[in-house]
Amino acid sequence: MARYVLRRLLTFIPVLFVIVTVVFFLIRLAPGGPFDTEREFPQDVQRQLNEYYGQNLPLYQQYWNYLSSAVHGDLGRSLTQPRFTVTEWIALRFRVSLELGLYALALALAIGLSAGMLAALKPNTFWDYAPMSLAMVGICLPTFVLGPILVWLFPIQLGMLSEAGWRYPSDKVLPSITLGVAFAAYIARLSRGGLLEVLSQDFIRTARAKGLGETRILLRHALRGGLQPVVTYLGPAAAGLLTGSFVVETIFNVPGLGREFIKAALDRDYTMIMGTVLFFAMLILVFNLVVDIVVAWLDPRLRHSLQ
Amino acid sequence: MKRRDFIAMGVAHTAGLLALQGCMGREIAAKAAEHNILLFGNDTDPGTLDPHLCTTFTEHRVMTALWEGLTSLDPADLSVVPGVAESWDISEDGLTYTFHLRQDARWSNGDPLTANDFIYAWRRILTPMLAAEYSYMLHVIRGAAEYNAGDVKDFSEVGAKALDDHTLEVKLAWPAPYLLSMQNHFTWFPVHPPTIERFDAMEHRDTKWTEPENIVTNGPYRMVAWVPDVEIRAVRNTHYWNSEAVSIDEVDFLPYGGKMMTLERSFRLGKLHLAVDLPISKIQVYQRDYPELLNIHDFLGCYFYRFNTTRPPFTDARIRRAFAMAIDCERIVKEVTRGGERPARNLVPPNTAGYTCKSTIPYDVEAARQLLADAGYPSGKGLPPIDLLYNTSENHQLIAESIQHMFQEAFGVRVVLRNQDAKVYFDSMKQLDYGMCRSAWIGDYLDPINFLECFETGGGNNRTGWSSQRFDSLLSQARLSPDTGERDGLYQQAEGLLMSEAPIAPVYFYTQRLLKRPEVQGWKPNIQAHIDYKYLRLAPGKE
Repeated sequence: MARYVLRRLLTFIPVLFVIVTVVFFLIRLAPGGPFDTEREFPQDVQRQLNEYYGQNLPLYQQYWNYLSSAVHGDLGRSLTQPRFTVTEWIALRFRVSLELGLYALALALAIGLSAGMLAALKPNTFWDYAPMSLAMVGICLPTFVLGPILVWLFPIQLGMLSEAGWRYPSDKVLPSITLGVAFAAYIARLSRGGLLEVLSQDFIRTARAKGLGETRILLRHALRGGLQPVVTYLGPAAAGLLTGSFVVETIFNVPGLGREFIKAALDRDYTMIMGTVLFFAMLILVFNLVVDIVVAWLDPRLRHSLQ
Repeated sequence: MKRRDFIAMGVAHTAGLLALQGCMGREIAAKAAEHNILLFGNDTDPGTLDPHLCTTFTEHRVMTALWEGLTSLDPADLSVVPGVAESWDISEDGLTYTFHLRQDARWSNGDPLTANDFIYAWRRILTPMLAAEYSYMLHVIRGAAEYNAGDVKDFSEVGAKALDDHTLEVKLAWPAPYLLSMQNHFTWFPVHPPTIERFDAMEHRDTKWTEPENIVTNGPYRMVAWVPDVEIRAVRNTHYWNSEAVSIDEVDFLPYGGKMMTLERSFRLGKLHLAVDLPISKIQVYQRDYPELLNIHDFLGCYFYRFNTTRPPFTDARIRRAFAMAIDCERIVKEVTRGGERPARNLVPPNTAGYTCKSTIPYDVEAARQLLADAGYPSGKGLPPIDLLYNTSENHQLIAESIQHMFQEAFGVRVVLRNQDAKVYFDSMKQLDYGMCRSAWIGDYLDPINFLECFETGGGNNRTGWSSQRFDSLLSQARLSPDTGERDGLYQQAEGLLMSEAPIAPVYFYTQRLLKRPEVQGWKPNIQAHIDYKYLRLAPGKE
């Protein structure tokens, strides 16, 4: 297992290298630069700014400088937020996204798993149809529709909870729900499917024949196998949740990383774009690795094939 | 300030904030007013609060709470009133200003504020290494431009010096009567030398001296918290010389990431006392249902279109003028922008430091057709398709579409709209890669020259390819003239020339919109949208 993990970790290096290289040159192909604004600053100032941030150097040299400092963990200074390094800024933003993502994830798991289990235990009854239809609605409702509906319903009509911001505890409820609902719906459907498949297998019939209660069968025997599809899905989903959703952050004015990613691109803040892209890439690579490990732990057959 | 004091003060003020925590949306602003806290909805979070690196109006709104220049402006009429300087003398030729600083001026940590602090600040913003975007605002000081360009290394050759701790002498490169009102611009604010030194920020842009635990300021408020994109909290600065005049205890700036819809919603739900703007679609709703909350007033800015004078057909001044004459500005402000804007038929907003332009481009489609005929395109026949560029925004698009329609109706010409993302659009404008493009200018200080000098030959903000020796020389003469009447005459000639050559087609003069709850009192509208926080009061219970 350790060798497998090590091998996977080593593959990160070429992947990240390719990403850094492609993004570095691609963003400089886009017209306009970080210091272009509605009003043009004097030529001297433009020159001084480019010198200050090393943007006057030949491109290959900038690339080399970036690469060598990135290897040492220095992602440089933001070109548009002078008081923060890229690393500090990402850390600051990611903390918010992480908080929001964790609330949403907890909500998604709590609702999704209970609905899925309920439906799997009582297949083709009201207890199956009701939550699964709701889940379908949840999947179909994009966040940019659900968010404004929740805002209209709670703060505007009922005068409760908060419509925007990240200042008071009540600000955090609606964005978490909006972000969590779609994931809850997926989890519900996946866990229902997974559980139903396991529940129809022979070892479950044996357990039933031994006279075990349904709850015990579900929790002790079926859940581990039945949750596999959920776990596979959770890897990329958690990465998506934790890095924040641009739409939810925009609707609710949440200062997370997703919004920053878009802003950096629009501002042509080269170092910030590189930093956020690298961070997202790392996150997805790591989560996929974690998922593979967890799946292997859940399914002994896979574990053997890895070794 | 000692660390212990800082913590104690933080605790005291957190208590006020905690009181707000339990409130539901609708009560927050009312509750905050009882605690004498002003909740100010700002459009975006400042990128920086370093006065030498700020570039936006959004930042300016926060800056004026934290800083004070040599002079200040009375928000009622924008007349110059004493700030850190209690009086000043101007020499006969208008080239030497001597400021007398008040003895009781202090920094927010209690240090005395001296003339040398201003010299230090001005040296910093003019340091080439710092690459301060707005350093050219100080080029009016003799020798400042040369020092800023790196041609002069010794700051003592620049015409600014401290005669003693409380006397400051400024020698100008040209008589600039707007020098006094310009002192309210952040570029001229002092900085606290020991703090700058501590963070090695003299030549470095990226330091932590503006973090709330480090920053030292000299205005009516001082910052105690800054969570990016969440809040800036500024509390009364007890060391401010005029602290007794300050009524509100704390001002909280809450940024909305440029999302006007969200900002308006928060205001409507009672989470803000002031909101700096609202979406166009909401203006009529407020005018109908809550006129007492909506304030619209003139703003020192002009929205216009540029012509690319290097690309046919706009190489011909008659054609440019004809197109400018075919824009029905009245209809655009009535039917499209609907924010009380004034239609513009020239560049400099009326009554800018007493100057109102006499030569305008009339709205006259018949005369426009005649001009086109003179230029060889009778009723527009034979005109190539016009490339009309604007940057992504619902507003710009609506205006571009109506102008497209007006040109098609007037001349039967095909107008192709081209929409670009902001940075791409700046680049196209710089490269003169457009036929016509939307543009705007917001005044930095109250003087027509600030608008007119954009169109000097080779100026970075010209971006039309237009050049006129006569225009350049009129502006140079105006700069050197110490006499207001003579200067206004030269401005009239220069702007008259600009309007007859028409490298631009004016559309409207901006307005500033502000949503204000009735609790907020003492606010006065003015053309620079300058807010002096010490004049604001909160009257709780006023609904």
